[in-house]
Amino acid sequence: MSPATTPELGDERVKTRSRFREALIRPELGGIAGIILVFFFFLLTAADSGMFSAAGVLNWSIVSAQFMIIAVGACLLMIAGEFDLSVGSMIGFAGIVIAILSVQMGWPMWMAIIATFVVCVGLGAVNGWLVIKTGLPSFIVTLAFLYILRGLTIFAAIATTRKTIIGGVRDVAEGDWLAALFGGKVLTGLFQWMGNIGLIDTFERGTRKGQPVVDGIPMLIVWALALVIFGHILLTRTRFGNWIFASGGDAQSARYTGVPVNRVKILMFMFTAFCATVFATCQVMEFGSAGADRGLLKEFEAIISVVIGGALLTGGYGSVIGAALGALIFGVVQQGLFFAGVESSLFRVFLGVILLLAVILNTYIRRMITGDK
Amino acid sequence: MTSLMKKLVLATAVVAAPLMAATTASADGEKYILVSHAPDSDSWWNTIKNGIALAGEQMDVEVEYRNPPTGDLADMARIIDQAAASGPNGIITTLADFDVLSGPIRAAVDQGINVIIMNSGTAEQTRQVGALMFVGQPEYDAGFAAGLRAKGDGVESFVCVNHVISNSVVAERCRGFADGLGIELGNSMIDSGQDPAEIKNRVIAHLNANPDIDAVLTLGPTSADPTILALEEMGLAGEIYFGTFDLGENIVKGIKAGIIQWGIDQQPFLQAYLPVVILTNYDRYGVLPGNNINSGPGFVTADGLEKVEMFAGEYR
Repeated sequence: MSPATTPELGDERVKTRSRFREALIRPELGGIAGIILVFFFFLLTAADSGMFSAAGVLNWSIVSAQFMIIAVGACLLMIAGEFDLSVGSMIGFAGIVIAILSVQMGWPMWMAIIATFVVCVGLGAVNGWLVIKTGLPSFIVTLAFLYILRGLTIFAAIATTRKTIIGGVRDVAEGDWLAALFGGKVLTGLFQWMGNIGLIDTFERGTRKGQPVVDGIPMLIVWALALVIFGHILLTRTRFGNWIFASGGDAQSARYTGVPVNRVKILMFMFTAFCATVFATCQVMEFGSAGADRGLLKEFEAIISVVIGGALLTGGYGSVIGAALGALIFGVVQQGLFFAGVESSLFRVFLGVILLLAVILNTYIRRMITGDK
Repeated sequence: MTSLMKKLVLATAVVAAPLMAATTASADGEKYILVSHAPDSDSWWNTIKNGIALAGEQMDVEVEYRNPPTGDLADMARIIDQAAASGPNGIITTLADFDVLSGPIRAAVDQGINVIIMNSGTAEQTRQVGALMFVGQPEYDAGFAAGLRAKGDGVESFVCVNHVISNSVVAERCRGFADGLGIELGNSMIDSGQDPAEIKNRVIAHLNANPDIDAVLTLGPTSADPTILALEEMGLAGEIYFGTFDLGENIVKGIKAGIIQWGIDQQPFLQAYLPVVILTNYDRYGVLPGNNINSGPGFVTADGLEKVEMFAGEYR
């Protein structure tokens, strides 16, 4: 085709659109609308409950950041057209592997963490390889890994310690450079200063009297933001990002145009496993123990966040920023309901209703603006 | 925002408002939050919910029950953080894993919130996190009390059927029982495993090999139910002295039929009810009991069965 083709011929690929409309047609727009809705709702119902105090904000920020970490991986994988249901089991597995290597086998913490990342990302590659080789739906293959990894986790914990919770990680991690990268806090000086001038509440008694209630930003949140930025740039600014969209949109057409679909999909499975391992490492470093039952149902929480954020379950459409906003909505709703003081037996009803509203709102706005079906 | 969305938001707010307000009515405005480690599916904790609801009603305070839906202890730590941030007068929580929960509990205490540990934890751990007291059943003491009772009934030797040999806390029950009887535990504790058929056969084998044993102690419904069958098969049901921890349908039937002398109830109702009452009185009048409170052992015998059956699953 000649590059001189002019817009007058009516080719939709080169149709011009107004800047305003251009700014609106984004997968994350629905997520932004959802955020506004959710904060509006909780400002009405829970404004005076401490939800918007420093400690309250940190509380729902941490929970949202947890969802964000696994949502970034799930989002890219979903755009590439696949699912990973083994994320939750992978979290439990990674935690126990770190604890066994460091506490039981006496490895230095940095070595245990690196080895765990290698093992788990390798398992992600196995997941992807099986999906590609067998041609089975990733739903089934990763569902099998959901059981396999959970079973291995319980077995490994019982076989080495006769317990399902392995403690003592904090002592081994003391002073370790890599452990601090997952379990540490940043900007502690800034928060101490804000505590000193009375911007944040301080502890009233005990050994930490005078210290601010919130004494820094946990590395968990830093990891979440870094992964979101990395995922966003990868998806929107690189050739590889286009390959991800192409693999999920129509794998066969993508292959015809020379996209290495298999490699893209396997890499995305590995990235999802990487995100799950980041989640697990942060958790183990923060709490100082690993449990065989950690991470239950987290795979669905990741998928919910991604879908709230406007990605299509069928693949080929979505955005990392949208998934991050979805994770924020999910985290704020989940913790916000506690702040609002809803009856505990009705908690899940509210959670379900608000999530459903967020998805409906998102889809509705997207259709209205893009004019899609 | 479109008008449809506005309507949806308004509708949600209108529907939600009364439900949310339902838990926020009280006279003096004290608020207490109980955080448990139990998943939604664990029915044992229903008694706990009823216990705090009753205490909240009687003391005229606001009470809330919170738990991690899947029983994930890391999620529980976030819930304790959240509870502290919402500024209640007190928090009642279990201490299921010291590593995970001690940080958030300590932080809540240091923010000026009174904390009582219930159900899981020890007196030592309670001191370490700075909580006011522990309300629960210390396993060794419960076993010791049961041992004293059995000694009074003329028991001189026993076998302890342990179905959770890896759980060191539960094994304390057997050690306490032996000390209460004033004998060495020695090899009186058998590892029965979890399978009902195996438990039954091991109990039969052990009792056949040691015919001079006076008493059987089981540590919960898992080991008690097959032991009942074993004793019936050996013709020892009602002949041999039989005590058990925790209650269950078959255990209650066994007590009724005279096969089991007593069941030890840790009385979860008290673990929920008492902390609310204690915290309220502490906040209102500054009075506080001077020690930890043992909610158990409560001995359930054939005499008191009527109330147990009447309130089973509700307050018992």
